[in-house]
Amino acid sequence: MSAIIFENVYRYFTREGKSLPALDGIDLTVADKEVVALVGPSGCGKTTCLRLAAGFEVPTKGRVTVGGQPVNGPGPDRAVVFQQFALFPWKSVEENIAFGLRNQGVSASTRRERVSAVIKLMGLEGYETAYPHQLSGGMQQRVAIARAYVLDPEALLMDEPFGALDAQTRIMMQEELVRIARVNPRTVLFITHAVDEAVYLADRVAVMTRRPGRIKEILDVRHVRNAERWNDHERIEDVMDLESFVHLRTHIWRSLREEKIGVAP
Amino acid sequence: MANTSQRPLSKLEALILGVIGLAGFLGIWLAASMSGYVPRQFLPTPFEVLARATYLLTAPFAGATLPMHLARSLERYAYGVALAASIGVPLGLAMGLYRWLDDIVTPVFDGLRFIAPIAWVPFAALWFGTGIGGPIMIIFSGAFPPCLINAYRGARFVDQRYIEAAQMLGTNSLRTITEVLLPASLPSIIAGLRVGAGLGWQSLVGAELIVASAGVGYMIVQGQSNISTPTVMAGMLAIGLVGLLIDVALRQMEVLVRRARGLA
Repeated sequence: MSAIIFENVYRYFTREGKSLPALDGIDLTVADKEVVALVGPSGCGKTTCLRLAAGFEVPTKGRVTVGGQPVNGPGPDRAVVFQQFALFPWKSVEENIAFGLRNQGVSASTRRERVSAVIKLMGLEGYETAYPHQLSGGMQQRVAIARAYVLDPEALLMDEPFGALDAQTRIMMQEELVRIARVNPRTVLFITHAVDEAVYLADRVAVMTRRPGRIKEILDVRHVRNAERWNDHERIEDVMDLESFVHLRTHIWRSLREEKIGVAP
Repeated sequence: MANTSQRPLSKLEALILGVIGLAGFLGIWLAASMSGYVPRQFLPTPFEVLARATYLLTAPFAGATLPMHLARSLERYAYGVALAASIGVPLGLAMGLYRWLDDIVTPVFDGLRFIAPIAWVPFAALWFGTGIGGPIMIIFSGAFPPCLINAYRGARFVDQRYIEAAQMLGTNSLRTITEVLLPASLPSIIAGLRVGAGLGWQSLVGAELIVASAGVGYMIVQGQSNISTPTVMAGMLAIGLVGLLIDVALRQMEVLVRRARGLA
């Protein structure tokens, strides 16, 4: 079991002596092997949520647990895929992916095995010895996801994983992620600006209020996906064309728009 | 001068302008020394200097030929710069990582770093002798500050994302230094080494004022006491040329590192 649980989490930042609330009582559970997308207006504290789960920041009040353990600093059990990839430019694709395993003291032969498996899974064959700057944005993102996946983490945390990609690459990567999730399901919390992406990828979508962030509503996409048999469609554009998809998307859009123009929730 | 609105010069044009500048410099030099206003012995012509330098390539002066003097100088220089880099770079990286070390070292360092290397000459001689130790200390004091400062800046301003990526991948502190901080700071470190290597080479003459055997600085001092100004200038020419070569080599290294990172 590796659920991510936010229990009444508050986070305040201090700026010029003043205490600014960023998160105002977050309660959210990402169940084992569930994919939850976090959407919300910019500055609402989505990224802060993810950083709390990653252990880069600590809550001012409340607690975050992953797999039943309170989060205490960053670690390989909660692999992060960063928005700007954050690959090490001085390491090759292979070395970037193997780095976390080397830290864990995994033997060279096991390492090779696991790295080559994930390279195959992510379609990176032939790029093993390339350096990040020699790759396109999409390929770099594949490496970043491979680097996280190879650790076999309890939870995957993704901060706008496709935000830096062009529209076409983005769609390809989204399809890819769905394919991988079917092969190898994980507990995933991911942040996105793109409502389409949230509805397409997530089991549930959590909509946040504007700052200070709270969870405004949670939509169960999985329920609709199964009922309307989205998985019968191989291509993203066909899913996005379905009435049930459009309906959900529009609902979330409205919900977000209310936050942007500042209608009291 | 507002250069911004001018079109960039082609390679050929830049070369022609460079030649004009050099020719102008040599012309003024030649005119000044031929004019008779300055005693010829005080300002030898460029031709005399070149002739003297060529002569010294094979003929010994002050106990050695010019290449032999250069070899001795380069030996001291290599030790001094290597010492400066091997202390300055790790210390700078550690200071970038650990705030307390930064707070301990910075006041001492800031208090010492504006003292010109040549000011250390008396103490270098007293403490480390006039053989190899003293000159090494002087070259070290010239080369050390840029090595330390650049390593420090490199480590201090490493992109936070790399540190966080390393943390999330479960990297311990030692490996964070060797596998993340060091390579991430490498462009800055190499730039520091280049500046340090230049300043170290500049300190060479000062360092060799106190030596009593061989070296280009020693040759210059001996030339001075023999009132052989062409010898002094031949030594200066050699220092200038070798310094330029060192700089070009390190600049090339800088370009290679940057290119390997996709920065250039």
